[in-house]
Amino acid sequence: MSLSGSCVIAGIGQTPFTRGTEKSTVGLHLEAALEAIADAGLKPSDIDGVMPNELAGTIAEDFIVNLGLENVAFSSTMRHGGASLLSAVKSACLAIHCGVAKHVLLVAGRRGFSQQRMSKASEGTIPPHPLFREFNEFESPFGNTAPLQWFAPAAMRHMHEFGTTSEQLGQIALICRDNAQLNPLALMQGKKMTMEDYLASPMIADPYRKFDCSLETDGATAFVITSAERGRDLKKPGVPILGLGEGHGTPPTNMTQKRDMAKVEGMEQAGRLAFDMAGLRPTDINSVQLYDAFTWVVLSTLEDLGFCKKGEGGSLVDSGVLKLDGGLPLNTSGGLLSEGHCSGANLISEAVRQLRGEVEPVRQISDCNYILISGEGHFHEGAVAILGRPV
Amino acid sequence: MSCIERPAIKPTEISQSFWDACTEGKLVVQKCKACEKLRHYPQLLCPSCHSDDVEWSEIAATGTIYTYTIARRPFHPAWKDNAPYALVTVEMEGGVRMLGDILNVDPEAVKIGGSVKVEFEDMPGQGVVPRFRLVN
Repeated sequence: MSLSGSCVIAGIGQTPFTRGTEKSTVGLHLEAALEAIADAGLKPSDIDGVMPNELAGTIAEDFIVNLGLENVAFSSTMRHGGASLLSAVKSACLAIHCGVAKHVLLVAGRRGFSQQRMSKASEGTIPPHPLFREFNEFESPFGNTAPLQWFAPAAMRHMHEFGTTSEQLGQIALICRDNAQLNPLALMQGKKMTMEDYLASPMIADPYRKFDCSLETDGATAFVITSAERGRDLKKPGVPILGLGEGHGTPPTNMTQKRDMAKVEGMEQAGRLAFDMAGLRPTDINSVQLYDAFTWVVLSTLEDLGFCKKGEGGSLVDSGVLKLDGGLPLNTSGGLLSEGHCSGANLISEAVRQLRGEVEPVRQISDCNYILISGEGHFHEGAVAILGRPV
Repeated sequence: MSCIERPAIKPTEISQSFWDACTEGKLVVQKCKACEKLRHYPQLLCPSCHSDDVEWSEIAATGTIYTYTIARRPFHPAWKDNAPYALVTVEMEGGVRMLGDILNVDPEAVKIGGSVKVEFEDMPGQGVVPRFRLVN
């Protein structure tokens, strides 16, 4: 009994992405949640499953008390960092598929500007993560304290092994920035960038420059997932969830001891499982919305999912195929790099809008049947979802 | 000078021996007594054979840089006066790796494949810890 196609995304909601907000994190989440529920044509009282997001620190009870949810029968929080959201989509589908819940609400997003600003970590704004036992004992005492530093050595190793260049990383940042120019929701709309701008941006943790890093934004995004059958009765055609997978790599608790640091190890399994479930191959995919906390993660994810051979991600970027009109457009909203960092949730909402045909015509992907979304969390854990066109 | 100390090291039951050895100037890692595989960071079980029978094995205090990064700005108050500084991921004897900072060197001199050796230093608030030095 396959999970493929059994569930749909019925509604999406998204607050604006801002630098500064009057709202609390929970307040942002509630705003997005109400919008998603309304977008699905449902009432809050229909929600019987709630999946808060690890990175936001919210709990199911925040939604139960504020939305007056009286029928919650399922709640769970995945703990895979930036891969949490797509893992949560899978759990929501499992719960619905098994009849445990009918309408599951997922909400994600942080106050990445007003509360947890990564670039201000030197002022002590980032609290130590209680899950990182090994990291806190063997790495942060030596100065490895910011996420940028965890991931930079992986990019450095990839450049060493495969000759990947700064310009190729820069191309990924430029594609996201170009796409953001066409998206009124993107924080970077109106702020164009050239390769010269990219190369001139300050080096922060080699090989990562400022423009290799995702945005610091406040905002939240929410989804309602329901069964394909139930989705047919709702306001908008449901976007079918065709493939789902997660992978954790070894070990998932630190980067240093990974056998091969030049790949996003958890993504290989996540992609294989998602493609197998959907019965699809990379060549079937019309667009990729890839978790782009940092540029290199995108380049490696393309390799690790099989869009090219290992080590050829740089050439794939150079080929131009990832541009909006290139055949396999990447992060058409601008992604975390140029739309906003919403813990990857905005990659899903963009995919839903594209498949519904709801985005501005200038950036609408024509004949778009399948979109692949990735999430990367902690130390190269991975999660993948493949969405299809509403039927 | 920053008066904020670097993050404290809080050894656990399974890692205490590593830090104890540092105070004696020795580098040790867990060795599975059943299948003789070395492992680091310390874990309860051998991930290969699942034995919990373990001994601590001294390894050579030299290694090769597998990868690195250079922090161009401090990301924590304790490093406010230290940037830029390099962090090196070092391949040690037996295939285990260590991450550490590197002593008294222009960060630009740090390269993948470079040879390093461990030196032990008593750090305020941390105790004796391993740090790396480039060797030619």
